[in-house]
Amino acid sequence: MARLANKARLAVLKKALRDFRNGFLGAFRYFITRVRHGFLSAVLFTSRLIRLSITKLRATLKYIARARSPGYMYYRHPLPIRIMHWSNAVFLTLLFMSGLNIFSAHPALYWGKSSYRGVPPVLEIMGEENDDGRVSGATRILGRDFNTTGFLGASKNREGELTVREFPSWLTIPNSLWLAMARRWHFFFAWLLVANGSAFVTYAAVSGHLRHDLVPTGHDARSIGRSIFDNLRFRHESGEAAKSYNVLQEFAYLSVIFFLLPLIILMGLGMSPALDALRPGWVDVFFGRQSVRTIHFVVAWALVLFVFVHVFQVMITGFWNNFRSMVTGYYRVKSGGNHG
Amino acid sequence: MDRDGRITRRGLIRRLIAGTGLVGLAGCEKLSESAWFPKVLGLGEKATHRIHRLVVPRKAMAQEFPARDLSPEFRSNGTSMPNNPTYVALAEKGFVDYRLRVGGLVERPMALSVPEIRKLPSRTQITRHDCVEGWSAIGEWTGARLGALLEAAHLLPHARYVVFRCADPMEENPRSLYYESVDLEDAFHPQTILAYDLNGEPLPIKNGAPLRLRCERQLGYKMAKYVMGIEIVDDFSRIAGGKGGYWEDQGYEWYAGI
Repeated sequence: MARLANKARLAVLKKALRDFRNGFLGAFRYFITRVRHGFLSAVLFTSRLIRLSITKLRATLKYIARARSPGYMYYRHPLPIRIMHWSNAVFLTLLFMSGLNIFSAHPALYWGKSSYRGVPPVLEIMGEENDDGRVSGATRILGRDFNTTGFLGASKNREGELTVREFPSWLTIPNSLWLAMARRWHFFFAWLLVANGSAFVTYAAVSGHLRHDLVPTGHDARSIGRSIFDNLRFRHESGEAAKSYNVLQEFAYLSVIFFLLPLIILMGLGMSPALDALRPGWVDVFFGRQSVRTIHFVVAWALVLFVFVHVFQVMITGFWNNFRSMVTGYYRVKSGGNHG
Repeated sequence: MDRDGRITRRGLIRRLIAGTGLVGLAGCEKLSESAWFPKVLGLGEKATHRIHRLVVPRKAMAQEFPARDLSPEFRSNGTSMPNNPTYVALAEKGFVDYRLRVGGLVERPMALSVPEIRKLPSRTQITRHDCVEGWSAIGEWTGARLGALLEAAHLLPHARYVVFRCADPMEENPRSLYYESVDLEDAFHPQTILAYDLNGEPLPIKNGAPLRLRCERQLGYKMAKYVMGIEIVDDFSRIAGGKGGYWEDQGYEWYAGI
C-alpha cells in the first residue's frame, strides 16, 4: 500500500519537474523575444512567471503535506506570516546572543539613573580563580549569592576547561568577548527586527489576521477558565477547534507582539545618550537609564522564557504538524473530536 | 531513515535543523573574522548615525541632573595615570607649563595655559556619563565651551572635524597616543566643553587632568581625557588608523550616540 502510494507520489513529482524544465526552457525563449519587444512587457511577463511558479510550488507543497494524512489539510499560515515568523526567530536569537556578549563587558545591573549611587547593583555576575587555581562562578541577586559555576561567572571553554567567563562562550556572538563586534551584530539585527516587526503589524492589521485570529472574541474570553484548566492538564484542542488559537495563545502572542517586543526596543533606544536628549528626562519615566538597561535585560530573558513555553507547546500538540504548518502553511486537521 | 533504510522527509528535516544550528554557530565566528561581513553589519550603525542626525535636533540638550543625583565618586576608566614622561613632568609641576595647542585649519593657532583656559566662556553642568560597557555615572563638570574657543581660533571654511590629541599611550608603543574626533555639530553644541573641574574641584588625574572633553550626547569613549592639543581637519583618514579615534581604529563605531 505504502509503496504504491510512494510510487504515485514519485510520478507526480517527476512530472512536475519535467513540466518545470520544459516550461522554463520555453519561458526563457519566450522571454528573449519579449525583451526584444520591450522592457515593460518583459517585466509583466516575469511577474506572471513568478506568480505561476509560486502557485505550482504551493500545489507541490500541498501534495507533499497531504501524504499519509487522515482528515484534511487546512491552509493555516499564509506565506508572509511564515517568512516573518522565521525571520523574527533568527533575528531574536542573534540579538539575544550578541546582547549577552555586550552585557559581559559590564556584567552588573542597577536600578536608578546611574550605576554609582552608593548602593550595590541588583544583579552581578562574578567569576574568580583562587590561589589553588580553582575556578568558580557566582551570581549575586539583591545581595544574595548563588553558586552558578558552569553557567554564569565560570563555564567550560571550547577545550573543556572551566574558565572565568560571564556567559558560556557557546551562548554569545561572537564566541569570544568582543564588544565592538557584538555591537555591530546587535545594532544590525536590531534594525532588521524593527523592520520585520513593523511589516508584521501592518500585514496583520490589513489582512485581518489580527482581528480574526489574535484578538480574543467574546466566546474566547468566556472560555478562559476552561482554557487554563485544559492547559494545566496538557489537554489541547484537536480537530476543527485546533484551527484557531485558544484564548491563552492569543494572550501570549498579543503580549509578545504588543508589549514585550515594543518594550525591549524602547528600552534599547533609552540607553542611547543621543536619543535621551530628544526630550531630556524621558528615561526617568522608566526610573532612569540604568533601570532602562535592567528592564531591557529582564525582557530579553522573558522572551527566552516565552520561546521555551512556545516550543514546548508546539511539541506536545503535534510537533511535525505544527512545524510543517509554519513551513508549508498546511496544518492537518484530524477528522472528528474536539478534545482528543 | 526509516526501517527500510530510506531517507525520510522528517529525518532529513531533523538533521537539517541540527546541522543548521551547528553551522550557524561556527558561521557567526567565521563571519565576524571575515573582512567583508563586519562591514555589512556596520551598515546598521551607519544607519543609526544618519537617523539620529535626522531625528535629534542639532541643539537638543542632554539631560542635566540635580546635585542629589551625583555619584559619590566619579569612576575612572581606561587610563588613570598616563605612562608618558612628558605628561608626568607636567603633572609634577601642577600643569603650570601645560599649553593646549590649537592648530590645523584655523586662522589663529593658539597655545593656551590652564589659567587662560579658565578665563574662556565656561559652562557648568551635572550630566550622566554613559560608558560603552554599560555603566553610567553622574558628575558635575565645569569647562571652557569648545564652540567659543573654536570661534576665537577662526575656523577655515573647509574645516569639518575637531581632533583631540591626548597624552595617554594606549599600548606598549609610546606613540600609540589616545585620540578622538567629533564633527562641528557636536563641537559647537552648548554642552560640549573642555572640562577642568569635576564636582567643584580641579579635575583629578584619574579623570583626565588637566583637561578632558565632555560631549554629552555620545558615549564615554568619545570624551578624550588628558587633552594636549586640538587639531582642526577636513578629513581624519590620514591620522593613525584612519577611523577618527583610538577605539574606532579597534573596530568601534565613530558615531557613539547609542
